[in-house]
Amino acid sequence: VRRVAALAAALVALLSAAPIALAQDCPRTTLGDIEDEVMCPVCGTPLGLATEAPQAQQQREYIQRLIDDCRSKDEIKQALVAQFGEEVLALPGDEGDDDLGDVLVYVIPALGIVLAAGGIAFAVVRWRGAGSRGGGPAPAGAADSTRVDTDMERYDL
Amino acid sequence: MRRVLSPVPIAILCVVLALVALLAYGLSQNEPDRSVEDALARGELEQAPALELPKLSGGGKGSLADYRGEVVVLNFWASWCPPCRDESPLLQRWHRRIANAGGTVLGVDALDVTGDAEEFIDEFDLTFPMLKDRDGVAMEEYGVAQLPETFVIDRDGRIRAVRRGPVDEAFMRSEVAPLLEGA
Repeated sequence: VRRVAALAAALVALLSAAPIALAQDCPRTTLGDIEDEVMCPVCGTPLGLATEAPQAQQQREYIQRLIDDCRSKDEIKQALVAQFGEEVLALPGDEGDDDLGDVLVYVIPALGIVLAAGGIAFAVVRWRGAGSRGGGPAPAGAADSTRVDTDMERYDL
Repeated sequence: MRRVLSPVPIAILCVVLALVALLAYGLSQNEPDRSVEDALARGELEQAPALELPKLSGGGKGSLADYRGEVVVLNFWASWCPPCRDESPLLQRWHRRIANAGGTVLGVDALDVTGDAEEFIDEFDLTFPMLKDRDGVAMEEYGVAQLPETFVIDRDGRIRAVRRGPVDEAFMRSEVAPLLEGA
């Protein structure tokens, strides 16, 4: 009898612990975490930046429902793609299997910035070099100083 | 003159010009397509772009071609769009009115959550066929920039009228009813 009672107690403890464990796993993500990684299709901006648009509001409510339903971030993104298509994903790595395109999205702007900075630096160096090679006024000679002194005396300044 | 032609001002000028060009390009890309209105103003009738989309409910696809020979009131809408709520009872009334005279309202639910759209349909008892434009491709084809927008398409598949915004009784009477006469 004692063994049966112990077994029953263990079973009750196990059953009561299961929902607690499940509750601890939920929610698995947050609205703030997701809305920076998906687009508001009507607004054309990331959802996090779309404040008042009714579609953005609906999208947030939909995401919140899925969060409450204990869905993970990836599952929620998949659900959004099913509703709005691939364009709803804001991060390049999230969209399809176009690995080359994903890399280029990051490489091309970085390359552009490096080239622009290099071009401006080159232009500045050339400009300064041209100035120091004789672009500025010649230093005053002894004759000039004498003439200035004479003029100053003449005008009694 | 020497200062003006030095490399730094030229580089800055180039950067500014590039930014202005980028801005102009962005603005021109965001300009909604109004070729339908332009054609109507010239008295010309444009063929409605082909439209094939998944059905909103029940699976399968539907297309504009399914209604060839009928007058189609093609309405782009979404459940999150407040003016769409205002016009829905009118569209349903007109769908019933024209269904036996060779006409139909064809709804295109755009950029919407399907469950919310289905609740909207139940709320307004809408019985006309519905397609789903999940990523806005059909909206782009028709130059739809806001919701709702409605296109009246005649029996030959040509666009006869456009309403950018909610339709009203006067629009339906003046643009849809005459196309059904003599049917």
